[in-house]
Amino acid sequence: MVTESAVRRLTYIQAANEAVHQLMESDPRVIVMGEDVAGAAGREDQGFIDAWGGPLRLTKGLIQRFGPERVRDTPISEAGFVGAGVGAAATGLRPLVDLMYAGFYGVCADQITNNAAKIHYMFGGKVSVPLTIMTNIGAGVNSAAQHSESLYSLFAHFPGLKCVVPSDPFTAKGLYISALRDDDPVLIFNHKMLMGLRAGPGVPEEMYEVPIGRASVAREGADVTLTGIGYTTQVCLQAADDLAASGYSAEVVDLLSVSPMDEETILESVKKTRKIVIVDEDYPRCSFASDVSALVAEQAFDYLDAPPVRVTPPHTSVPYSTALEPLFMPSREGVVEAAAAVLE
Amino acid sequence: MVTSTSDLTTDKALWMFETMMTIRRFEEQARREADAGRLRGLHSSIGQEAVPTGVCAHLRDDDYVLGTHRSHHHCIAKGVDLNEMMAELLGKATGTNKGKGGTMHIADVNKGMLGANGVVGSNIPVAAGVALSAKVQGRDSVSVVFFGDGAANQGSLHESMNLAAIWKLPVLFVCENNRYAESTPVEYAVAGTSVANRAEGYAMPGVTVDGQSALDMFEVAGEAVARAREGRGPTLIEAQTYRYMGHFGADDPLSYRTAEEEQYYKDRDCIERMKAHLIETGAASQEDLDGIDARATEAVAAAVRFADESPYPQPEELTTDVYVSYP
Ligand SMILES: Cc1ncc(C[n+]2csc(CCOP(=O)(O)OP(=O)(O)O)c2C)c(N)n1
Repeated sequence: MVTESAVRRLTYIQAANEAVHQLMESDPRVIVMGEDVAGAAGREDQGFIDAWGGPLRLTKGLIQRFGPERVRDTPISEAGFVGAGVGAAATGLRPLVDLMYAGFYGVCADQITNNAAKIHYMFGGKVSVPLTIMTNIGAGVNSAAQHSESLYSLFAHFPGLKCVVPSDPFTAKGLYISALRDDDPVLIFNHKMLMGLRAGPGVPEEMYEVPIGRASVAREGADVTLTGIGYTTQVCLQAADDLAASGYSAEVVDLLSVSPMDEETILESVKKTRKIVIVDEDYPRCSFASDVSALVAEQAFDYLDAPPVRVTPPHTSVPYSTALEPLFMPSREGVVEAAAAVLE
Repeated sequence: MVTSTSDLTTDKALWMFETMMTIRRFEEQARREADAGRLRGLHSSIGQEAVPTGVCAHLRDDDYVLGTHRSHHHCIAKGVDLNEMMAELLGKATGTNKGKGGTMHIADVNKGMLGANGVVGSNIPVAAGVALSAKVQGRDSVSVVFFGDGAANQGSLHESMNLAAIWKLPVLFVCENNRYAESTPVEYAVAGTSVANRAEGYAMPGVTVDGQSALDMFEVAGEAVARAREGRGPTLIEAQTYRYMGHFGADDPLSYRTAEEEQYYKDRDCIERMKAHLIETGAASQEDLDGIDARATEAVAAAVRFADESPYPQPEELTTDVYVSYP
């Protein structure tokens, strides 16, 4: 697996960027499409190339290395280019399509949920859609209601879609590689608060996979299980530090995949600690958090010392004001408080 | 009825100048607020002031305007209060949206501003629905949706133009072609490079106009508004304009366009041209215009004071307004 000597400190964006470079290098079927994934499209002859490298700079350098045939800036036509990704994937390519923010899914929902998700099933398993969609999620930078949603729970609702949420640079690189090698459609949700993060185990230079459908224990503990997903894994890790200072040993389970869900790892942890705090930034109703809660209640009921607790935003849209937005997001203090309550 | 610039009264011309000046000063201040870290997600409309100004010169409070992520100029031209706008930008309880929406979502229905919208192309069908509402209710009000050249490639525009045409809806589709969608040049993204031509497929007038000329905007919009009000259906207007700043706070426009190109458009600045027109026609003196600028500058300064003195929303506001009523 991963050799210690190769460990480097990259940011999340650098790690994902490296993954895409290596994937394109190693597999000519991989193409990248999206708005401004390069930028200044069509102006190479004027000396403008790769002006943006993607809104997050996550695709920086790709066009210079692989050219505009494989790295395509698109018009703002999500139904068009996400749908084109489905068609290309069904016929031999492995497209990585950038949906700039998860909230824009509505423009192309038909392509994702009616085509990408269902083609393999409807066609009796005879056609597969190895499409990867990456999208930006999360609150925290005053982007207001349309640009701050998490929404992975929504996609997990659809059989046929796989959904992964990296929590640091290491899992980002590994999950990008797994996603693009997967034969099913995969959505990768990148939380904006993680983009500059360098924390975690460090990023090996060689290609490696973080398996889809598998959670990981980010910190071992005995007294309470905290589950995080994406950014909230970082929140849980911070809360675990605080709890340790108060003498409690918290285990942090980094869920990583919303679909498929790693039931085993969650149940194993809960059977050990007998208490669980589920931390999730997506809307609370019909959500991944409620799914985890149901799982634990249904399958580990006899082990529990306290009912499962969820730390989520309230059932509301994301506010703009700096006075309100922090109240929307699950916080370190909120997790500590919830954990303290079940520990008593 | 056909409007021409000869219908432009001195009062209206001066209103247009003051409106553009106010937008410019407001946006300069917004830029400073963003640089000071007091507001995020700013998309500046500097350079594009003439487009909504020329259109809104024909609108009443009961006509509706719908905008985009870049909509401060639409709001000001439609008469939204500067104090409440600035308070909204700074996330205050006294803002147009109580601090919940911010720069990309300013709305004030009393002034007929039915909202800026952060999803590109998302407001276009809504505008058709607003026009449908006026028609069904027998009101002669019109609906105007502004959108960028980038949004012209969303299916929502095409579906809405078709709907508006078959139902003869009183709506203006106003494309602000500022030549870029983020860093993507219009000649790359828009097949055939003309947005106005797309009207032909939907059997409605499609007009290209110099969007840096408030007078030309006034004339073209006057005809389209009259057409809509009289029940003769929609119009697509492509206003050729330019955004002077980057797409948002942090991007460097010189990574995708030249300084010469920027200068070309700045030399055709809508405010400078309006000034020249007013002086040439004797409608105003330089002093008058300086006075208007001073008034605009002071109005913006007052808006900042108002916003600064305003409270932030209370924590309870987080969960209000989700529903009108919820058990
Ligand atoms: C559906 C959707 N896709 C992508 C974006 C991201 N985005 C915001 S503004 C923008 C460019 C819009 O260009 P244009 O319509 O020309 O308007 P301008 O910014 O030039 O005013 C993009 C791609 C978005 N907000 N909504």
